[in-house]
Amino acid sequence: MTMQQPGAGPEPHDLTARTGAVIEQHSRLEGPLLPILHGLQAEFGFVPRQSLPIVAEALNISQADAHGVASFYHDFRAAPAGRHVLKLCQAEACQSMGSDKVAAMVKQALGIGFGETTKDGSVTLEAVYCLGLCACAPSAMLDGEVIGRIDAEAIEDIVAEVRT
Amino acid sequence: MTATIYIPKDSGALALGADKVAAAVEREIVARGLDAKIVRTGSRGMYWLEPMVEVGTAKGRVAFGPVKAKDVASLFDAGLVDSGKHWLSLGDPEKIPFFARQTRLTFARCGVTDPLSLADYEAHGGLAGLRKALATTPADIVRTVTESGLRGRGGAGFPTGVKWKTVADQTDSRKYIVCNADEGDSATFADRMIMEGDPFVLIEGMAIAGVATGATKGFVYIRSEYPHAIAAMNAAIDVARKAKLLGPAILGSPNAFDMEVRVGAGAYVCGEETSLLNSLEGKRGVVRAKPPLPAIQGLFGKPTVINNVISLASVPVILDRGAAFYKDFGMGRSRGTIPIQIAGNVKHGGLFEAAFGMTLGEIVNKIGGGAATGRPVKAVQVGGPLGAYFPPSLFDTPFDYEAFAARDGLIGHAGIAVFDDSADMLKQARFAMEFCAIESCGKCTPCRIGSTRGVETIDKIGAGVEREKNLALVTDLCNTMKFGSLCALGGFTPYPVMSAINHFPEDFGPRDVATAAE
Repeated sequence: MTMQQPGAGPEPHDLTARTGAVIEQHSRLEGPLLPILHGLQAEFGFVPRQSLPIVAEALNISQADAHGVASFYHDFRAAPAGRHVLKLCQAEACQSMGSDKVAAMVKQALGIGFGETTKDGSVTLEAVYCLGLCACAPSAMLDGEVIGRIDAEAIEDIVAEVRT
Repeated sequence: MTATIYIPKDSGALALGADKVAAAVEREIVARGLDAKIVRTGSRGMYWLEPMVEVGTAKGRVAFGPVKAKDVASLFDAGLVDSGKHWLSLGDPEKIPFFARQTRLTFARCGVTDPLSLADYEAHGGLAGLRKALATTPADIVRTVTESGLRGRGGAGFPTGVKWKTVADQTDSRKYIVCNADEGDSATFADRMIMEGDPFVLIEGMAIAGVATGATKGFVYIRSEYPHAIAAMNAAIDVARKAKLLGPAILGSPNAFDMEVRVGAGAYVCGEETSLLNSLEGKRGVVRAKPPLPAIQGLFGKPTVINNVISLASVPVILDRGAAFYKDFGMGRSRGTIPIQIAGNVKHGGLFEAAFGMTLGEIVNKIGGGAATGRPVKAVQVGGPLGAYFPPSLFDTPFDYEAFAARDGLIGHAGIAVFDDSADMLKQARFAMEFCAIESCGKCTPCRIGSTRGVETIDKIGAGVEREKNLALVTDLCNTMKFGSLCALGGFTPYPVMSAINHFPEDFGPRDVATAAE
């Protein structure tokens, strides 16, 4: 996923053209809305509110429907994320191996909670419910890379990396 | 002769450093000028040994693990390619007791072959099922699947053949095969492993389903948390199209079948089949009321087979070896094999494919080796976030759909999360309600509001506020959710909650303030 500086939103004309290109790429699929929303997030780093009326028009659905779908799914962001995105698994198998302690340490080190981005825009921290790495818990995903059996040393490495 | 070194690229192995190991092996091969090549495979499923490196020898493969990048040079010093002795040597990987005790039917190739080599796939028995399917009639395929006793491996346990027959009986010209790869249950990773380690078996299973029911289009709906599985499936579909395994004339037959991958967007409820269909159509992942059944009015209102990854991936071996062969494994009405996923706080975590019928205790203690921390096992949650917590006193329960149901549990997608004696079951019960509140699609009241009330009420119990009254309230709430919810999310959340209350009452009694405040 491409990331963007917070606040650095695309110019209106640029947004229309780029949104149109994403729609064009997926419009011939059966049920194209989710692929389009994924495409927009890949393009902009989030799903810009201003893109939704353009999508609604192209797919002949109401703006309310487009907004309803974009806001239903946890993945679609309404605002840009930090330069890094760190997801910590908090589901049961990871809980059994102390994922709550990992979360507490990371939150303290970064000074943010789940669903928040550091002030310098370096990292967004998120809880995730299962990465399928349950036999090497506790686990995490940093910018799409999987990490298993997280211990204090791994947390140090992760924190150092996201601060860059 | 070129030596072959096998290194997994399964997500679990990657999470433990497999890419670094592969890079180190590559460096050593070049530096030492060896005639050797690396093949990236899936995982054998023994995660405490990952990254596990295997070397092909004249006498078969030898394994080393868990290998760290810094160990690689020493492996070569010890004569890796000549299978020399090393402190990480595991010998023949198939003789490791955890592996040797399994019956690998669905996962026969996983961890063995190159996931994207169709030649490898065929050399290890792949496509035999589809070839047999194409040589018989659709009705015979459906009959074979029905007779095999295969039941939905996603958790509901509905007979796969019956579903297929319903779709086959519809006369619509457009039908769909939808594979549910929204494997959201904690402690489960079988779908991920097979998609990453042997994606062609899923393609073959879906193609057989298409031939059997007259469907020509398939979708694999994969959760976005599985980027490696998504990449592997997309790559395998490309290979399959080029080899004419998918397309207007599959394997030269008059049957057309093609498929595509669709990516979920982080909604657990989309693992529920009707929410998944809505999501595929580009709608909110809200549950649909049944009837109509998806088999009659499913995706875009057309007849749709919707099966779990493992159900579909088990079809090729059933077609190849016959219904009787598959049915011979198992107990009662649970036939064939089930990939049990042993996870969480456990010494030997991984995927263990076996016939139904082993007891929970055998799986957790004998196969899994007990808790990783070395402390006593307090509870195991079977079947994901909607599954019951079982105490060791229920470890004699055989792994079987009906046996678990008889003890107010479910096997679900066959994941087992092990907890040691440090687990706080009130906290686990609270999490079950909280998770339901986060993930509820909001369509029905018992699930949407009941889960939030559940969290509040369990918090009161934890804080010692009118404990008895609030325990009765949670019980009542669970009854309402169980019988009043539209789908399994609200309907099954009571399983972990009530099992925690019933089997671990001490965790819901008076507690010191420090623990309660957590």
